[in-house]
Amino acid sequence: MKNTLDHAALAEEFNKDEDRVDWHDGALWWIRQKRDRAANQTPQWEELREAASAIKANVISNLHDYLIQFEENLKKNGVKVYWAADAEEHNQIVYSILKDKDIKQMVKSKSMLTEECHLNEYLEERGIEVINSDLGEYIQQIDNEPPSHIVLPCIHKRKEEIGELFHDHLGTEKGLSDPTLLTRVARKHLNNVFLTRRAALTGVNFAVAETGEYVVCTNEGNADMGAHLSDVQIASMGLEKIIPERKHLGVFLRLLARSAIGQPITIYSSHYKKPRPGQEMHLILVDKGRSDLLARPDFRDSLKCIKCGACMNTCPVYRKSGGLSYHNTISGPIGAILAPNLDMKQHADLPFASTLCGSCSNVCPVKIPIHDQLYKWRQEIVRLGYSANRKTFSMKAMALTLSSPEIYNTAGKTGRWLLNNAPFAINNKFNPWYKQRDMPDSSQQSFGEWYAKNGSKTK
Amino acid sequence: MAAVKKNQPPLTILPDISIFQVHEVDIVKKYSDVFTGIGGLLVSAGSLANVKDQIRLNFDQNKRIFTTIPSLSDVAELCDPQADPHSLFDVELAIVEARLAVAENGAVWVTEDVMGHRILPYIAQHLAVLVYEDRIVSTMHDAYSKIGSEDYGFGGFIGGPSKTADIEQALVLGAHGPLSMTVYLIN
Repeated sequence: MKNTLDHAALAEEFNKDEDRVDWHDGALWWIRQKRDRAANQTPQWEELREAASAIKANVISNLHDYLIQFEENLKKNGVKVYWAADAEEHNQIVYSILKDKDIKQMVKSKSMLTEECHLNEYLEERGIEVINSDLGEYIQQIDNEPPSHIVLPCIHKRKEEIGELFHDHLGTEKGLSDPTLLTRVARKHLNNVFLTRRAALTGVNFAVAETGEYVVCTNEGNADMGAHLSDVQIASMGLEKIIPERKHLGVFLRLLARSAIGQPITIYSSHYKKPRPGQEMHLILVDKGRSDLLARPDFRDSLKCIKCGACMNTCPVYRKSGGLSYHNTISGPIGAILAPNLDMKQHADLPFASTLCGSCSNVCPVKIPIHDQLYKWRQEIVRLGYSANRKTFSMKAMALTLSSPEIYNTAGKTGRWLLNNAPFAINNKFNPWYKQRDMPDSSQQSFGEWYAKNGSKTK
Repeated sequence: MAAVKKNQPPLTILPDISIFQVHEVDIVKKYSDVFTGIGGLLVSAGSLANVKDQIRLNFDQNKRIFTTIPSLSDVAELCDPQADPHSLFDVELAIVEARLAVAENGAVWVTEDVMGHRILPYIAQHLAVLVYEDRIVSTMHDAYSKIGSEDYGFGGFIGGPSKTADIEQALVLGAHGPLSMTVYLIN
């Protein structure tokens, strides 16, 4: 699983197929436009974002007490509660619940947290089969790839590739690539999975401290199919999923699907509170770096994230490099600010995978200043010595150039001369700027030189 | 948890969310437009008698039709809450009554007491929901103020037929849940 290539190198791989890049770019931009239409049709949209951000700020400032309150209410409701400090503890808990009931197969709905914990691999090593039931995640699972997008897990794949996978794994006719027909095949196959699994695991979108209920949002209905047919229902959630009161769901459910895909609400917003008679419900609260993030004043706002994916859909770098190039479960701008908190060395490249254009911050439903955090992570990474040597060297050279007028003028002249007389010296494979780009013609003189000559005439 | 307590910043206050008020001039029309806009089927049935006619007309009476509404027992089998949920695998149509419906997004609110079985509205091939027009509210804020602090084991908003666009963003109705959802409006 460990990847040694950085974002730039992986993006370069993705960029080899120009048609795919163009399609990927367009598909995500189309979702961004749907988000805009939905937002514009919603009265008081900006006030809603403001309210959501303020509710989450309150949660962050009072997380300890809300978690205690949530735990008490879960227990009152008959739900078993577990605390996990990290992925290992989380996976052990899930395994022990299943082992206790002698369960060898589990169905799972979308959960980025369990992806991050590599739960499937952990359980498979111990003889337990896990099937991801969200269609996109199912496709990624049979292709042995992580999701490339938190809402649209296989957005980077073409339908012909999915048809090929279905041919290999589900025995569909070779060449079948019609999305409706493929979905019907998966529906039939997974229906049988739902009916035969005694255990189901879901993620959690929102957990209400006041009532001890948790809400799971899907469009496909897979979380409900798994959970309501199971004897043992397990939910895994990060500590930050808490919201104070039930009425606050109104704010978040209005924002989530509109921000994610431009839909007024997810088809299913299911409120799980108590096990049904004869069923067991378990809930695992996972820290996995959240309490560390809480200690970083510049970055703790990223705990507000409701995982809508809007920042990915709008990001020019994400759209053109693909989610897998981020080599992290959560990709795109939000992934690039969450990942360094977990492992700064391994994810040192991610905050640099951005143009800092700020579009992510503008669409974020909980108003996380994502691009500011990207900028701050860069400083943090350089300060602690985790940045790539090439970047550190070129930044130092740049600082020297900009601090001295003489060097600046000479460098400018040299650059223009080279662009005009020896473009190959710059436009070559050693300069990453020239990948997928061409430079415009350079002017003969700098603005400084032009102004010295013409400035007095125009007065 | 000690780390959470130690690291959390000073307490901030919760915002006032009573500012979110939307007054619809024609709330039934708004609901109908939004619900059909997201792929739902809507019938202004008016009365239960018309609902029965519609069900006889549109659904195969030889397949299993399940309901939790006693007055529909002549067009559907009454759901037995004691049955094993897995036995509902071949239900063609489930008919339930909405506690609430939300104009801004087309969703209906159902709790397990109107669902019979939690799985029923999800496992049926088709879902039909009776919506009394006076139970339509404008926004999710209004919905939660109606729900208040009600106790339930399970409750859900359902906003249309199940759907996916995971394959090349092509919209497909009928992912894992029902292939269609019909709302019968009753006044």
